[in-house]
Amino acid sequence: MPAQTLAQKLIAKASGRQAVDQDDIVTCDVDLAMFHDSSGPRRLKPMLDKLGAGIWDKSKVVLVMDHYVPEEDDDSRRILKIARDWAGELNLPHVYDSIGICHVVVPQKGHIRPGMFCVGGDSHSPTGGAFGAYMFGIGSTEMLGVVVTGKIWVKVPRTIMMQWNGRLQAGVTAKDMMLHMIGLYGTNGADYNVVEFRGSAIDAMTMQERMTLSNMTAELGAQTGLIAPDATTVDFLQQAGVHEDVDLAHWVTDPDADYEVRSFDASSLAPMVAAPHSPGNAHPVDELAGTPVQVAYIGACTGAKLEDLRAAAAVLKNRKVATSVRLLVAPASQQDQRDAERQGIMKTLVDAGAQVFATSCGACSGYGNALAGADNVISSTARNFKGRMGSPDTNVYLASPYTVAAAALTGRVVDPRNILEGASDAAA
Amino acid sequence: MPLHKVWRVGANIDTDSLAPGAYMKLELKDIAQHALENNYPGLAQAIRPGDVLVAGPNFGIGSSREQAVGVLVSLGVKAVIAPSFSGLYFRNAYNLGLLAIVCADADRIPEGAQVEIDARQAQLRVHEDGREPFVLSCQRLPDFLIDMAEAGGLLNQLQRTYQARIDA
Repeated sequence: MPAQTLAQKLIAKASGRQAVDQDDIVTCDVDLAMFHDSSGPRRLKPMLDKLGAGIWDKSKVVLVMDHYVPEEDDDSRRILKIARDWAGELNLPHVYDSIGICHVVVPQKGHIRPGMFCVGGDSHSPTGGAFGAYMFGIGSTEMLGVVVTGKIWVKVPRTIMMQWNGRLQAGVTAKDMMLHMIGLYGTNGADYNVVEFRGSAIDAMTMQERMTLSNMTAELGAQTGLIAPDATTVDFLQQAGVHEDVDLAHWVTDPDADYEVRSFDASSLAPMVAAPHSPGNAHPVDELAGTPVQVAYIGACTGAKLEDLRAAAAVLKNRKVATSVRLLVAPASQQDQRDAERQGIMKTLVDAGAQVFATSCGACSGYGNALAGADNVISSTARNFKGRMGSPDTNVYLASPYTVAAAALTGRVVDPRNILEGASDAAA
Repeated sequence: MPLHKVWRVGANIDTDSLAPGAYMKLELKDIAQHALENNYPGLAQAIRPGDVLVAGPNFGIGSSREQAVGVLVSLGVKAVIAPSFSGLYFRNAYNLGLLAIVCADADRIPEGAQVEIDARQAQLRVHEDGREPFVLSCQRLPDFLIDMAEAGGLLNQLQRTYQARIDA
């Protein structure tokens, strides 16, 4: 058999072939179709009714209510009613209502496993790639096609291998790595190919940090962002109740496969900040130090998982948010929030002055216009396009949870490593 | 072939510009009135059915929300011509019956020009006042995508399939 990238192996399996060549267009069987209240029922139901068609396999469909919850107005209530009524009528077996953001909830519930071929009705669906599954985002009409046929076409992509050697410094995260790469290559730099991550910095990462990498490959314009599964993946799956064997030897890129390598030194990476209005407008934190902020937001699938909350708490422990700043925290899922409560992390955040919001997409998707009135927002989310977070007049700076928390303390963009050092000095 | 009037927009047009989050609760025709308003106020109101957008690189980066395609279809835009597209936007475009034409030389097409589009031959013919028309080559696309666009999108194609099953 020819040497294959991990992406090629996943597509070969899904298309019933031994191997696939780059640029082949093939039809794949879908193992999992995920959608949410915004992209899902309100768009799919009218189209299914028009066709007089049903769902190809309900056991392979997951519905998550995360975008318009909690319902703040009549439009939101109408959208959620459609979703809930539809889920009830069809008796869908996998529905997660208001317990967190789809990209975080679906892996936590054990739906994504290495070797699977999955689609999501949301652009951050590449998050599933962190588990060695081929998962990518599609629009609602294409989702309709999947839901009635169970199939979808793909053009077999090239793989860009991001090789991260060394080890990240304390206070530097997966988010900083992504902002660095998006700054280098641009918001469409991957040109819909696959990005894969490997190297000692990746090996050392928790599953949630790996999810942040894969999640933000959307901002590189990749179809998905893959990480070969390892013992860390298997541990996470077992926590999620998945006990099946994973063929770790198979789900890797073969050494002789055709792919491009780009190498990085993790140990020399500084915290990064993306200035308005693009994730590609990324700079080392020092270049933007001193920029005033009025709102600091820790939220979203990208930046409010347990590990993200832990990072923010490391900065905020025994300190108070500046009086000029509102710190908003919207944990990515109820499970993350419960775990953070158990570990004292939520208390640290609240004691520092954080306001805690519901475990939903919240201000990130801009659907609620929660940040209207703020001039400068620093946020642990993935996108800062003009108007993204509701108001076109708001300037959004993207950064890691460490850097967002540090800005909340001082009212200005600052290198969080300075504050972390202070914290360890105080403890010593 | 029909002539399509050209409106020029810049590089990196994102889905939040095309379908702003603050209006996502509205019906498509109402979101369409806000399309591109953050960057090009008044453009949505000026576009007439059959017109085309000619853009810089990376058109449609960002969200999977297909309303970012739907607003242009709703305004009657026939095609977007750009040197490159977000892959997700490109798929959504064909699924909704909008031609996304990849043309490396798109910047040679000026605002106010008129274009003829031959998607199957991957060619554009550009007409400007007082000049000989010129031809630009585009990236060749698989037939199934052009079929989808000509059918008005995937839903129409599926509808024909299901109708044929009912009739059979």
